[in-house]
Amino acid sequence: MKDLRALRKKGAIYAAALFFICFGAFPFYWMLITAFKRDHDLFNPESNPFLFNEPSTLEHVRLLFGQTLFMKYVVNTFLVGGAVVLITLVIAIPAAYSLTRLAGRWGESLGVGIFLTYLVPPTLLFIPLSRVISFLKLGESLWSLILVYPTFTIPFCTWLLMGFFKSIPRDIEEQALIDGCTRIGAMVRVVLPLSTSGILTIVIFAFTLSMQEFIYALAFISVSAHKTVSIGVPTELVRGDVFRWGPLMAAALISSIPVAVVYSLFLDRFIAGFTMGATK
Amino acid sequence: MEGVEQAPVFSLRYVWEQERLLATVMIAPAVLYVVALIGFPFVLAIVYSLSDATTGDPALRLVGLRTFGLVLRDPVFLKALQNTFVFTLASQVLVLVLAKILALVLMEDFPGKRLVRFLILLPWTAPISLSAIGWLWIFDSVFSPIDWIARSLGLLGGPEALLGSEPNLYWLGRPFLAMASVILVQTWRILPLATVILLAGLTAIPRDILDAAQVDGAGFWRRLFQVIMPMLLPVMSIAFLFGFVFTFTDMTVVYVLTRGGPVNSTQVLASWAFFKGIEAGDLAQGAAVALFFFPALAGVTTLILLVARRAEVS
Repeated sequence: MKDLRALRKKGAIYAAALFFICFGAFPFYWMLITAFKRDHDLFNPESNPFLFNEPSTLEHVRLLFGQTLFMKYVVNTFLVGGAVVLITLVIAIPAAYSLTRLAGRWGESLGVGIFLTYLVPPTLLFIPLSRVISFLKLGESLWSLILVYPTFTIPFCTWLLMGFFKSIPRDIEEQALIDGCTRIGAMVRVVLPLSTSGILTIVIFAFTLSMQEFIYALAFISVSAHKTVSIGVPTELVRGDVFRWGPLMAAALISSIPVAVVYSLFLDRFIAGFTMGATK
Repeated sequence: MEGVEQAPVFSLRYVWEQERLLATVMIAPAVLYVVALIGFPFVLAIVYSLSDATTGDPALRLVGLRTFGLVLRDPVFLKALQNTFVFTLASQVLVLVLAKILALVLMEDFPGKRLVRFLILLPWTAPISLSAIGWLWIFDSVFSPIDWIARSLGLLGGPEALLGSEPNLYWLGRPFLAMASVILVQTWRILPLATVILLAGLTAIPRDILDAAQVDGAGFWRRLFQVIMPMLLPVMSIAFLFGFVFTFTDMTVVYVLTRGGPVNSTQVLASWAFFKGIEAGDLAQGAAVALFFFPALAGVTTLILLVARRAEVS
């Protein structure tokens, strides 16, 4: 009797897990199979769409890399992402350190305040920001994104870093201060080496958040050669009514999987920042 | 002698003063960034909404609340406002229910859990503008695999078929199905975020409380509703509130799948602000539409702070 119940419970868990895997991953399976299917097989409403009915092909992938600006989008994405990561590090590390160690009581409130600006959505700001961008003569340039993306990476990363800095005991730096280090010296030589994992986390987030961003990029950039992957693929590989589904799916798959892998590895830390201690 | 005694006091004070200075210098760039590129544009959005500026004529002439009057009389705006609530509430209720089940599943141990976790997280970790393109192809008007399954099961395409005699359902071409599609994709997208937040809450529930309840004879459902749910409430509200903000103010799924169509039946506030303010260049009306987010955001932010504070106190 007990065995039967345990078995039933196991069965229910596996069934539920299977359902959620299919739901979550199906679009990616669909991208995968489309990317390597021959057009003749792809555009036949009779044949089973879930399988290869004809031998697979690399034609779409070749077309994507050879005849579209896809590689250019990838390069643009890395340029923007790299610059945003640098700006975020330079601004968020001192801010988080100052809020946790130096600012005293109002540090925490100011920290929460900065975090909450992360909730201000791009759709509320894109109209005035597009005017700011054109006033600064940054329209149609990657610099517009490099300038604007830190508005969401800095609040979030400062908040995450505050959590990391808080977990480092104050005694260690106080010892360094007594030994004659300056505050900055203590921060650079004692606290930062102890928070490498925290800093790595914000590097990953600043990069993945800027790589995923869609709305600002769509609003600020319309010249093909200056697009990033997240807007280049959905807007440029679709021409009017002609969808090149093969290359399109190849592009979507090739660009999402690496981001997803890296992001998954750090997701728990990201969530810890989100719940703001509500789980403790 | 007195001078020597005073020196440490003086230098301690000096250091303290310096630390305050240092604290200000270190925090200043972050605050300046936020003020210059979030605070200032926000004020600018309000100013634009009170003007009649367009990209062709960006000069600021304040016209009071006239722009809001124009926006409020626009039937598309009212449709978008209604759609935004339907889109947000439907997807977030679905997310909460599914996330609860998924989180309970992921609490169990089974082989291959890391891979399962990766696959289940994909909708949140992959860039949404790209995965939405995958969905666009799934909802294709001719080659949709959902339609193919329905046809194979005889539910679609036959003269007596349950879902209609046409060979396809035209997911994004019919108002009701188009709305259902964008809700489905948004649910798909937010589900992993809510699940992981709930998981964090579930793992924080002390094991002995559950064991004690079990020893006292509480069954699975009783434990779920009378022990787990009340303890999970703060985390569930956090998950709901973040999901709400990210859905209420987003337009990526709608933009990629339907562009607000057919005939504005999936138009939401965010996409309408985009089409008005960026594509049509009506800065004033676009800004005014976007400002309707503000009351919702302010409310949600207050709630998040309240929940977080209560969780900290208890």
